[in-house]
Amino acid sequence: MADYVPHTDDDIRRLLADLDLGALDELFAAVPAALRLAGGLDLPGGLSEYEVADEMRRLADANSAGGLVCFAGTGAYDHDVPAVVRSIAGRPEFVTSYTPYQPEVAQGVLQALFEYQTLVSRLAGLPVANASLYDGATALVEAVNLAVGATGRSTVWVSQGVNPRWREVLWALTAGRGLDLVEVPLVDGVTAWPGPEASVAGSPRQAPPAAVVCASPNVLGCIDPLPAARAAADAGGALLVAVFDPVASGLLRTPGEHGADVAVAEGQPLGTPLSFGGPFLGMFAVSLDHVRRLPGRLVGRTRDIRGRTAYVTTLRAREQDIRRERASSNICTNQTLVAIAAMVQMAWLGTGGLRELALRCARGTRYLREALVPVPGVTAAAGAPVLREFGLRLALPVATVVDRMAEEGFLAGVPVELGQEEVLVVAVTERRTRAEMDAYATAMEKVLS
Amino acid sequence: MSHAYVPRAAPGGRASSAPLMGGGEEPAIFEMSVPGRRSASFRATGVPEWTAEELVPADELRPEPPAMVEISERDLVAHMTRLAHRQYSVDMGAYPLGSCTMKYNPKVCDEAAALAGLRSAHPAAPPAYVQGWLELLWSLGEALCEVTGMDAITLQPPAGAAGELTGLLMMRAWHASEGRSPSKVLIPGSAHGTNPASVSLAGYRAVSVPSDGRGLVSPGVLSGYLDDDVAGIMLTNPNTLGLFEEHIAEVARAVHDARGLLYYDGANLNAIMGVTRPGDMGFDIVHMNLHKTFAVPHGGGGPGAGPVAVTHRLAAFLPGPVPARRPDGTFAWDRPARSIGRTHGWHGNALALARAWAYVLLNGADGLRRVSEAAVLNANWLLSRLRGTYAVPYDRPAMHEVVVSTRDAPGPAAGLRALDVAKGLLERGFHSPTVYFPLVVAEALMIEPTETESPETVHALAEALVEVASGSAADLAQAPRTAPVTRADEALAARTLVPTWDALSRA
Repeated sequence: MADYVPHTDDDIRRLLADLDLGALDELFAAVPAALRLAGGLDLPGGLSEYEVADEMRRLADANSAGGLVCFAGTGAYDHDVPAVVRSIAGRPEFVTSYTPYQPEVAQGVLQALFEYQTLVSRLAGLPVANASLYDGATALVEAVNLAVGATGRSTVWVSQGVNPRWREVLWALTAGRGLDLVEVPLVDGVTAWPGPEASVAGSPRQAPPAAVVCASPNVLGCIDPLPAARAAADAGGALLVAVFDPVASGLLRTPGEHGADVAVAEGQPLGTPLSFGGPFLGMFAVSLDHVRRLPGRLVGRTRDIRGRTAYVTTLRAREQDIRRERASSNICTNQTLVAIAAMVQMAWLGTGGLRELALRCARGTRYLREALVPVPGVTAAAGAPVLREFGLRLALPVATVVDRMAEEGFLAGVPVELGQEEVLVVAVTERRTRAEMDAYATAMEKVLS
Repeated sequence: MSHAYVPRAAPGGRASSAPLMGGGEEPAIFEMSVPGRRSASFRATGVPEWTAEELVPADELRPEPPAMVEISERDLVAHMTRLAHRQYSVDMGAYPLGSCTMKYNPKVCDEAAALAGLRSAHPAAPPAYVQGWLELLWSLGEALCEVTGMDAITLQPPAGAAGELTGLLMMRAWHASEGRSPSKVLIPGSAHGTNPASVSLAGYRAVSVPSDGRGLVSPGVLSGYLDDDVAGIMLTNPNTLGLFEEHIAEVARAVHDARGLLYYDGANLNAIMGVTRPGDMGFDIVHMNLHKTFAVPHGGGGPGAGPVAVTHRLAAFLPGPVPARRPDGTFAWDRPARSIGRTHGWHGNALALARAWAYVLLNGADGLRRVSEAAVLNANWLLSRLRGTYAVPYDRPAMHEVVVSTRDAPGPAAGLRALDVAKGLLERGFHSPTVYFPLVVAEALMIEPTETESPETVHALAEALVEVASGSAADLAQAPRTAPVTRADEALAARTLVPTWDALSRA
């Protein structure tokens, strides 16, 4: 078996002797006998690293999903990742360091995070971005918690265009806080925000909301106008929480330009492979008004006592290790390494590359959508303009179509429930060729016929 | 003479003339950006080249993309490599941060997590196409249940704090199912800050329970806090003083008698694998930090993974879906009957989970016990080397970490601040321990050598700690002199907030 404990038998004897102990068991004298595990753990014996590598390869090879041509998205996108991202994000200095508690020996991670924060701030069009959260869904939860804390209110309006999995996470993780989370329906792909006197989803509005949450592009890929969401927020004095897409940012006006107070995104499209859903990256940006409620770590630039540029984590008084039960977020471990990968990916893409990436996704999306909508049994789920994915209503159950399309060699998309109906959400990245899309359309015709 | 060419910043500040460490500042990447320079390339796809104006409504289209960085791949690599050279890491040497378990991360686990079959799977792929992933997750879950003595598990929480909130929300759902809604969760004063923060986020009130004179939760003290309104207690065992909670069985009985649940913070699980199990101690809910105990590298702050395991009576409340094995040997997703819902956008930090599974396979049952034995041996041996130099506020056999203090130290260390000792240690080539935690010890230094450091390294660490303690406060205040920067002006950072390059240029 592999062994990462360097102690020889002789080392153990010597160290125990120094402690006046005769056996390793005596180290655990404080553990009452009744609690000792008799017979050891019921696990197999350890293996050599070669055997482990073989076993991991067997498990990896038992996933045929990677062999399907991927048109699935809804928060996890099949983008190309250049070798430079793997190379830099694989450096042991970034991989095997801890949270930068000692800034003097952590300038590498701190400066990389400062540069990441700058780039996310530019994507979001807001002046401050944190050093990462777990993923888009949990970033949304933090945004709602921020708004609830900032306003002292407990009602939140959430567009149905927000990814249903993210909404489920929001519902689950705020279940102890007594929030009134109100879903606002989509009409033809765009949120139907209530007027000043309206009721929402059948429940009369009891209280003005803390936040209005709008995703653009939303789960159907539609551009959901943020000015309308901003107006809905303003009518009740609420914060606007915008969910954005970092790739779409190459083409769309920023959440900040539209008046968002908080903007969150899933950062996976920038530098992280599909990875069966994680580790991904929660991007989080805020206006200056709310910087003292920012969840997670924030890196700031300062000077050392000799006047040299230095980077530190700052505004630490917000964080859980200092505020404890009064903290508005409990986050400690975050996704720094994934953030560094995203920073490298953004720098590699560059200004023009980000635009081109967004454009290529939008072109492919339009091409495939136009090829599929005429197929018998297919209807577009919405008429609003789409950017990197789109929803389809199908004549057969969506899960059935996904299974049959897989037999044809395609991961056709992601089934999404919207109210009473189920749609197939199809995503197109810059990797997909015209030939693949033509073949997809042909396969869809066969599956539905 | 004048030149038309105006140079911008180069990686290293002065091209390649800067020393690797300790010399010139590394410019911000934005200082190296040259309009029009690029690294990116794209595939030829044959897709029609519609323009932005044809694809995006005019009022939503931004005229210019957001400014990124315009840099060659070569300069990008030079910049990031220089940043890497300004960063300490486990691969470089000992990292004895107490409570963080910064052990060596086996390289074969890196290779496992890089396998294309794992990396290229979409999380929404039908189960038939991700059987390997489902088998891996199911197997890891079974093994973690065995290590903790629990019955069922969710792998969704992406970090320890996320696991805490998930576990507390299950506690809440369980009480609700019993028709109760108690409002308090008990926490010892020595608990990690995430515990009380998670308690508040779960809608509970955190009530601090003082430790006794021996640094432990005593059943006598606890009984004064147990009433109908207590939902449960959160404990770390061994606790943050590095001590085993000897009365845990009585504590568990008392809490259960009061209809409360016991939550185990697995931050210190590295001390007890194969020796004893939270389930056997009476805990109902357990989170593990796979980025501590199971060698998932910490990534400069993350990603980690914080699975939560529970006993049978709580299994129905787990976040879903959970991986399951069918009688025919295939794997599928199941939804627990009374699930509290998803707590992660997909299935958790899957590649971190894959690393942890490789680590379990490498070690096996005996290896995991050997890990804990060596971790505890190293900590106690280190403590024996420090006893004459530092105060040991709770001087009893330690588990995997030790807490010492400069306050009331027997020798010259008595006049030093823990922070200065930490900085002096950096100057001697070691990462510093955790300082000023746990809060119940003044001028605390919390030191966790871990099992992967050899006796030679632990000895050298002890020598360095002893040497630092003999230094003068005035001298240590200058430390570290050999790092890329010395002490930063943190007050300036907070007063004049510069969180982005753009804030600097606005300032």
